Amino acid sequence: MQPFTTLSGIAAPLPRANVDTDQIIPARFLKTIARTGLGRHLFAALRYDESGAERADFILNQDPYRRAEILIAHENFGCGSSREHAPWALLDFGIRAIIAPDFADIFYNNCFKNGILPIRLPRAACDQLIADASMSANARLTIDLERQVVRRPDGEEIPFTVEALRRHCLLHGLDDIGQTLAHEAAITAHEARLANSPCLPVLGF
Amino acid sequence: MTHPRTVFDKIWDAHVVETLPDGTCLLYIDRHLVHEVTSPQAFEGLRAAGRRVRRPDLTLAVPDHNVPTEHHAEGSAAILEPDSRLQVQTLERNVVEFGVPFIPISDARQGIVHVIGPELGASLPGMTIVCGDSHTSTHGALGALAFGIGTSEVEHVLATQTLLQRPARNLLVEVTGRLGPGVTAKDMALAIIGAIGTAGGTGHVIEYAGDAVRALDMAGRMTLCNMSIEAGARAGLIAPDETTFAYVRGRPFAPKGEAFDRAVAYWRSLVADPGAQYDRTVRIDGGEIAPMLTWGTNPEAVVPITGTTPDPDAEPDPARAAQIRRMLAYMALTPGQALEGVPVDVVFIGSCTNSRIEDMRAAAEIARNRRVAPGVRALVVPGSGLVKQQAEAEGLDRIFTEAGFEWREAGCSMCLGMNPDKLTPGQRCASTSNRNFEGRQGPGGRTHLLSPAMAAAAAITGTLTDSRRFA
Repeated sequence: MQPFTTLSGIAAPLPRANVDTDQIIPARFLKTIARTGLGRHLFAALRYDESGAERADFILNQDPYRRAEILIAHENFGCGSSREHAPWALLDFGIRAIIAPDFADIFYNNCFKNGILPIRLPRAACDQLIADASMSANARLTIDLERQVVRRPDGEEIPFTVEALRRHCLLHGLDDIGQTLAHEAAITAHEARLANSPCLPVLGF
Repeated sequence: MTHPRTVFDKIWDAHVVETLPDGTCLLYIDRHLVHEVTSPQAFEGLRAAGRRVRRPDLTLAVPDHNVPTEHHAEGSAAILEPDSRLQVQTLERNVVEFGVPFIPISDARQGIVHVIGPELGASLPGMTIVCGDSHTSTHGALGALAFGIGTSEVEHVLATQTLLQRPARNLLVEVTGRLGPGVTAKDMALAIIGAIGTAGGTGHVIEYAGDAVRALDMAGRMTLCNMSIEAGARAGLIAPDETTFAYVRGRPFAPKGEAFDRAVAYWRSLVADPGAQYDRTVRIDGGEIAPMLTWGTNPEAVVPITGTTPDPDAEPDPARAAQIRRMLAYMALTPGQALEGVPVDVVFIGSCTNSRIEDMRAAAEIARNRRVAPGVRALVVPGSGLVKQQAEAEGLDRIFTEAGFEWREAGCSMCLGMNPDKLTPGQRCASTSNRNFEGRQGPGGRTHLLSPAMAAAAAITGTLTDSRRFA
């Protein structure tokens, strides 16, 4: 996983609530056995018309937002399915951070597994950043995960917080599985306690 | 003396392997259900790292999302769409390579993962159950902690049988009284989401309680818990009781004999202690709930069938008003329009929300000796091969086919547009599924979520209809 330390990039405003994972990537594009290549399907229904041509009014079809690395949205971003294809599509497009008042739980979790930083900020702060980002010349924001601040184009810093372990893993690009396997003895001990449990039948097929 | 605990607290505590310094817990997973869409990259990750599946005996795989709802006897080779076939056959290869128990398409036990887990007794009270699918909350109906995970976490569970999780907050949803005649668990679920909103449960596990919840059969409880994720909750659960134990007894993978009795003795302890603290409590009068349906493009946009669409001009919040306008435009509805009488093109009875035998019976009750309205396509898709067998033994298939419904084979079908069953642009569907997002059932499709009885009633009249008219 690519570490996330600081990011200075173009921010695309997406002032909508309840951006669901079917909007981020429709189910028909989930029929892949790879993690990559999904960026072209990101926001498919919003980005392309029925003929497959770009919709000029969609923000990611406009310059400079075609090169956006940050998205700013409204409440409940990423609601709906557990599909990790949603963060994969965002990452493949180039998005490394999303700022919103809140996120759906599974999507929020999935972001950290893929080196994407989801940042929760109050709605008023999101609207301020959306206004900044909407002036395309000023669309560049800086995110410093070490210091946990978002820097506006005028230099003002907005603080945010991320859980300590998640921040640590993101800053260092750490793989969860490797870390968990360090707790092998505790897992084995737990399993030994379960061995005769009537509540945990094994599936003998 | 420990503090009084909720059901969630008890199941959580019993599964904590280790607590890390920042409060994150390593949580043991008792049952891992796997399907073809969210697992290929996880198995690929194991392969790349030279890892094995730690506990294949606690894992069960089945294809469902991509599976066509016909020609099951011919197996995955009969899937016509190449990308769908590749995904299913990739799962077939992975389960062999990693030694994971597997139910193929041609097996009578195949079905939607959230139908077959409880049906086979693979999902049991007190367990932690995960699957790479948000509707894993369904299994909470048994009194289990069951939640959806992403593919990275699927890989993590395959490799370690654990997950790194932070404890959720407790939300008690109490539905008091009794549901009125013709009002179902689906109406209860939609009413709750309407009341608390699609983000109302974020960060929480919902415990459903109250007389109206206790009175639900297991199928109804599964419908209710299934929709927890549509309220944003991590999971939903119901404390196990005699209804639960009677359901579990005799299921193929459930404990037998003396082991069952010992299990029940433990399961009886999975009730909230007197004085257990909930971070939030919501009370709803079950007697006030009418048959519900959605009018918009998220599951909180609900009204009773006797109601009308909202008027955006009456909405003070401009962002909310804009959202209402956008939803009405997508759904081709007007402000203040009565829902009853709106013509439908398609009726879908199925999905992990409503495809159990009880759902089939409720729909058949209305379809019996009636005809699907001209021009309406109506599909009935049992949730598993075993549900299909049971329905056929009861003659439900004949009731449906004589009425003009299509009687299909088990799968996710028209819930999500990943197999041949999907809407075409502009079609309006009365659907027993769980999501009405734009394009969910196919690009440009328009979805009204409702109960099996309401769906069957819509098929007969050809319009959105109060199913109580057929009582």
